[in-house]
Amino acid sequence: MNMDEIKKIIIEQILEIAPEISEDDIDENKNIQRSLEIDSFDFLKILTALNEKLGIEVPEADYSKVDTLNNMAEHFLKQL
Amino acid sequence: MSTFVMPSLGADMESAVLMEWKVKEGESVSKGDIIAEVETSKGVIEIEVFEDGVIEKLLVKEETDCAVGTPLAVIRSKEQEVEEKESQEFKIDESPQKVLEPEEKKTDEKVFKQRIKISPAARKKAKELGVELSEVQGDKKEIHLRDIESETVPKKSEHPASGMRQAIAKAMSLSNAQIPHYYLSSSINMSPALKWLEEVNRNRAIQERILPAALLIQAVVYALKEVPQLNGFWRNDALEISKEINPGIAIALRKEGLITPAILNAHELNLDGTMKSLSNLIERTRSGKLRNSEITEQTITITNLGDLGAESVFGVIYPPQVALVGFGRIMNAPWAEGDTLSVRKVLQATIAGDHRATDGRIGGKFLDKLNQILQIPQELL
Repeated sequence: MNMDEIKKIIIEQILEIAPEISEDDIDENKNIQRSLEIDSFDFLKILTALNEKLGIEVPEADYSKVDTLNNMAEHFLKQL
Repeated sequence: MSTFVMPSLGADMESAVLMEWKVKEGESVSKGDIIAEVETSKGVIEIEVFEDGVIEKLLVKEETDCAVGTPLAVIRSKEQEVEEKESQEFKIDESPQKVLEPEEKKTDEKVFKQRIKISPAARKKAKELGVELSEVQGDKKEIHLRDIESETVPKKSEHPASGMRQAIAKAMSLSNAQIPHYYLSSSINMSPALKWLEEVNRNRAIQERILPAALLIQAVVYALKEVPQLNGFWRNDALEISKEINPGIAIALRKEGLITPAILNAHELNLDGTMKSLSNLIERTRSGKLRNSEITEQTITITNLGDLGAESVFGVIYPPQVALVGFGRIMNAPWAEGDTLSVRKVLQATIAGDHRATDGRIGGKFLDKLNQILQIPQELL
């Protein structure tokens, strides 16, 4: 799985959890929660869905490493 | 024999559309079963039945707008099932339904005629345009799209407020007009609780993790057990303390607006139970269906601004409740302990209290208990 494929999966999950967001709203270098107004509850749901899809668990201590789409995809790529 | 009427789902509700029957005539029902879905300004709500029995008759067709108090169904109770049935004609009062008076005197009391048919397209349009169906009704038995469109005279505002916005406006205006609020605020050092939560979550699968929001709700419930005067209602010029603790949780909807459905019987839940109930409630609020008990039985409201919010919130109490607890954003701040200064995770906890029901002493006692509880978080598990 490459970077673009992972990004695509992450975007799919974000749109699934927050259906009013369109793909164009997602800036890959901006903080996901802040720029898309996703609260801690929905962020956890996104990580839970990605855990089911990719089998990767993000410990709470690593949340700062998955704060943007780019960072999240890079972090997952290392783990796979 | 009893008549099941359109329940009031809040002081701001005058009528709702019966969207779908979930039962058929002749079907047995048990207390708590969902018998219908109704559409209100709060979204689609599942209506529970309050007794065991058999559905004798459904009196209202689907997609009918019914005033609060309109008879919807006749339910034969279980005892009557067993007894020899005396064949008695059950007469439905055909006179216009009286709207159940909320506790406040309404200045613009309207009596709705029951059983108007509204085409789904007309309803959708009316929502979009903010048209009051009661104003369109006149003498009509049915309302169609054209009736709605002919109703739309140019308004001052190009964007009429949604039904939900109007419901919020009504409730909040009422609160401000009637309730003499007092406000108190305390800084709480959240470092010990958050550190403890991190430890708990470290050993758990992602599906089992607990968010700080659940911890705060749990702490409020524990503090209310010690200071029960803030959990209840102001009714008939007296404070009515509630045995159950059903905190209404302010949940922002994605598009617009806010609902405060309750975690029912939170006093019986442990921390995991509270987290599960909260997750389930948020999910159903945003994409599913709430039950009527969840939107009518709140005994206090909790608003948590979360990571993106302001530092503190002084809320507006939702009548007839007597208090609202507010949590701001948890942030790094200088913290003095003894004679040392350090940086800690600090939270502003606030209480808005109804001064008719309690005084600042009670509010202060509550915030103090809340703080004590959050300093020994392991007792919340």
